[in-house]
Amino acid sequence: MDTQNIYRIGTGAGFSSDRLEPALDLLRLGRLDAIVFECVGERTLAFGHRDRRADPARGYNPLLERRMRAVLPLAQAAGTRVITNMGVANPRSAAQRTIEIAAELGLVGLKVAAVTGDEVSHLIGPDTPLLEPGCRLSETGREMLAANAYMGIDAILPAIEAGADVIITGRVADPSLFLAPMAHHFSWGLDDWRTLGAGTSVGHLLECAAQVTGGYFADPGHKEVPDLAYVGFPLAEVTADGSAIITKLESSGGLVSQRTVKEQLLYEVHDPAAYLTPDVSANFSQVQLSDDGKDRVRVNRAGGAPRPAQLKVTVAFDGGFLAEAEISYAGPGAAGRAGLAGSVVSERMDTLHGSNGQTRIDLIGVSALHASAVDYPDMAQDVRLRCAMRASSMDAAELLLWEVEALLCCGPAAGGGYRGHVTPSVITYSAFVDRGDVRPQLEILST
Amino acid sequence: MSRQIPLRQIAHARSGDKGNRSNLAIFVYEPEHYEILRQQLTPERLQENFGGVLRGPITRYELPNLHGLNFVMDQALEGGVNESLNLDGHGKSWSAMILALEVDLEIQK
Repeated sequence: MDTQNIYRIGTGAGFSSDRLEPALDLLRLGRLDAIVFECVGERTLAFGHRDRRADPARGYNPLLERRMRAVLPLAQAAGTRVITNMGVANPRSAAQRTIEIAAELGLVGLKVAAVTGDEVSHLIGPDTPLLEPGCRLSETGREMLAANAYMGIDAILPAIEAGADVIITGRVADPSLFLAPMAHHFSWGLDDWRTLGAGTSVGHLLECAAQVTGGYFADPGHKEVPDLAYVGFPLAEVTADGSAIITKLESSGGLVSQRTVKEQLLYEVHDPAAYLTPDVSANFSQVQLSDDGKDRVRVNRAGGAPRPAQLKVTVAFDGGFLAEAEISYAGPGAAGRAGLAGSVVSERMDTLHGSNGQTRIDLIGVSALHASAVDYPDMAQDVRLRCAMRASSMDAAELLLWEVEALLCCGPAAGGGYRGHVTPSVITYSAFVDRGDVRPQLEILST
Repeated sequence: MSRQIPLRQIAHARSGDKGNRSNLAIFVYEPEHYEILRQQLTPERLQENFGGVLRGPITRYELPNLHGLNFVMDQALEGGVNESLNLDGHGKSWSAMILALEVDLEIQK
């Protein structure tokens, strides 16, 4: 193996609201070739569309400005390329804003690329089959707001070849953000499935940032994580065959172990032998993990098969308004009183407001997250009633808030701590389009 | 002779979501417990315990080299993160709930 040729790639964010300082530490101390900020999920893409609807200049990650202000000077000083999907529903505006920030900071010679082409609503019509409700689009009775295809490394490579220092995309498959710079560095062929599969396993391990370095892992008494308050973000030392060592900065909190790596390797994976991305059908089923010193795990033997012919598309629809309202009960019989309050709300929503059994009732502290999954004994003495529903108008949504607040005087004894809010919502379903119909585009701005 | 213990004592787990589908990967700490996990934590077992909310088919993948299993549970997220009225629309808490199930350390085929 060519031990001299190691590509160092780190994670700057693993989700839209991720912390910033672990990314800055990596930029200062990690000697990185590239850093990736992965900030788009099904939930946050929906938020991006909601924001762009309210203001056509927005729709990118709300933390973009704060992040770029801190990241750009460090990345330029370290010679580290920045790749991010913080463009969310509006990569062009995100790139424009980034270049303005670079100019304000006096950073000269910075090239910022906007990668677009993922917005494919022109390819989606009333007859398009939707994967999850299992019906055609027109049968949902909902208004389509946007449709975004998961693009792959072929959308990002031209920006790298053009020498962009910062690459901002919209919907690109998460591991592709990492795979693109690796593939470019090692000149991997776009049909070298085995190596692309191996690189994809590395991207997949890095894409949720701290989830491989001790975040989303600690369980006191069972799985201890040192210095969780300052958990570091990961970096990978990738070699030309796509195998890698997953590690973190010594000065950061958290840990990298075979356990953290295993949990993340299967995170959001269905068939481990066929993890489908736009680039490859990656095979994680034969992966071998081995220790390579403290907080260093070697990942070997991921493989791959030809990429799928179609690309997955997230189709966003107007989801109306989500209403949520809560009130608390404490002391002996708390669960009984909270339960009674819940049935009062249900009854009134159905009878007086035509809710039709669509009001969800949770007893937080008794059985909230997966309400009917488990019956816990009625011992709780600190119970919060949560009521939730979806409505097509703000007025209808506010009726739920009113009903729950009215429990203060009209409900069971000793209820307090009412809070309620209404959020405009976007819901999403999946569809597929032929990859040849999706045309990535590139625009480069410079200071 | 039986020795019932909660899975939490021998295994760790993580769940994730894609649309209305939840996945749960569970790994034993010690390789010698892999067979116990494989024999006793079946899709039928999950259906039996959580059938009220796991409404769709459950597929299980075996990962002998990682000493783990991956469960894929369809229609498990009340529509998925953007549609569900569940506080935990991602189904993140599944992994912790499943670790409460008990296995028998003495049963070996």
